[in-house]
Amino acid sequence: MKRKLEQNIGFTIITVCMVITLFFLGLIIYFVVSKGVGIMSWEFLTQPPRNAMTAGGVAPAIVGTFYLTLGAILFALPLGLACAIYLNEYSPKGFVVNIIRMSINNLAGVPSVVFGLFGLAVFVKFFNFGVSVLSGSLTLGILILPGIISASQEALMAVPLSLREASLALGATHWQTIKRIVVPTALPGILTGVILSIGRAAGETAPILFTAATFYKRGYPNSPFSEVMALPYHIYALMTEGTHPQQQTAIAYGCSLILLVLVLSVSGLAIYLRQRNRQSYGH
Amino acid sequence: MLTEKVKPIIRLDVRNVNFFYGVKQVLKELSFSIFDKKVTAIIGPSGCGKSTFIRLLNRMNDLIPNVIASGEIILDNQNILSSNVDVVELRRKVGMVFQKPNPFPKSIYHNIAYGLEINGSKDRSKILEIVEESLKKAALWDEVKDRLSDSALSLSGGQQQRLCIARCIAVEPEVILFDEPCASLDPLSTNKVEELILELKKDYTIVIVTHNMQQAARVSDYTAFMYLGELIEYDITEKIFTVPKEQRTEEYLSGRFG
Repeated sequence: MKRKLEQNIGFTIITVCMVITLFFLGLIIYFVVSKGVGIMSWEFLTQPPRNAMTAGGVAPAIVGTFYLTLGAILFALPLGLACAIYLNEYSPKGFVVNIIRMSINNLAGVPSVVFGLFGLAVFVKFFNFGVSVLSGSLTLGILILPGIISASQEALMAVPLSLREASLALGATHWQTIKRIVVPTALPGILTGVILSIGRAAGETAPILFTAATFYKRGYPNSPFSEVMALPYHIYALMTEGTHPQQQTAIAYGCSLILLVLVLSVSGLAIYLRQRNRQSYGH
Repeated sequence: MLTEKVKPIIRLDVRNVNFFYGVKQVLKELSFSIFDKKVTAIIGPSGCGKSTFIRLLNRMNDLIPNVIASGEIILDNQNILSSNVDVVELRRKVGMVFQKPNPFPKSIYHNIAYGLEINGSKDRSKILEIVEESLKKAALWDEVKDRLSDSALSLSGGQQQRLCIARCIAVEPEVILFDEPCASLDPLSTNKVEELILELKKDYTIVIVTHNMQQAARVSDYTAFMYLGELIEYDITEKIFTVPKEQRTEEYLSGRFG
């Protein structure tokens, strides 16, 4: 009887923990949606701000976030994938590679504001790109690089040895095997990593704080060297600057809702891809 | 060592081959000849070095770190164990069918076309022709001719293994290595693969590693019995199974150890 009781208590505790977690998750979504949905309109999504940030829309911030995220992926994907292929397929296994791998994982733990400072020092000042889409994209790119590398590496590692052997046994070169068998097989897993990185890059504030973002810009960026508005920074600015807290708070919740929907739908896509991958490879 | 009167042509000549994983010696002074357009079976208990040996013939062991091979295996007047052998070229000449069917996660057509494409074929109609021919040779054509663009993973295990055989013969190797090709197949599929091996020996030199003694007896012309990394006995299959010279061979074949 004692064992049964212990089991019942155990399962009750973990169920309660589960419900608490779910409660907060639901609360966040409810909170953001209920506070943000009121301001949502076609105008809010497509117009620039008016009247000193108290009216109008946030379209430049949406566009800015899109450019920054796109730039970050364009920078980080080729580099990250190449690194992952190097580490997993090409480099001799051993001490040095383990060190590199560990360093990359540690890089993922560096606080994002540190990346922001790095971006300021290197891209904005040293390369003289200024506060711009380019500087911000590169900084975000470096931020998501470790995630892309480890996701790609995991995807490459999951490609069974038997497929590599099959290819090599037919007289394929190592490079042909990587290009035509290993990477295509790993692609859904790599894409999952990329998509999660998109969510990360779109939502980060600190890395773009000093490198790309500006509180107010009427027009859209017209070159990689333009400053931009961006959703996460816009939320931050609305809540900390300006003179009309009441109206600004409403707009900030509106931005939060847009960002939440963007990130959740991107993650949803990642889950869908992973699921489809599982079905088509039968494991 | 052989008790045959007329010796056939030697295709692969194995001379004093030793093989080490680090400091552990797994093959000891192997010397024997594998004959052209014959089936040579390699039998022996688990861990005797059968798979290690067969994977030397296409240098598949190169993928494992810290291995050392010594001795010579001569194919076309060349020692394939030599470090200046072009392993890519060698593997095109020495094809392999693995223990578990390992089709690529691609269509049936592309599984076979792959080997041709990587070797430089561009002519689509020629590739299609070879795909069909290979599938016919592998006795799979009738089952898949209407669905060449379906995923190879939709095939049954036995069909997948025959697809792997088709993929292998599409690049026209001289030698085909079978590493326990029926280990994961049901008896019916095993039967089909065995029939196929007998058919293929008209054109190819075949080396097969098997745990199944009846299989060795059914498909092979020559049988090598290995034990603890050594070649204990090598002879024409009939002799090995009826009048083995070594006591250990007899004991293994009668199930007294292994």
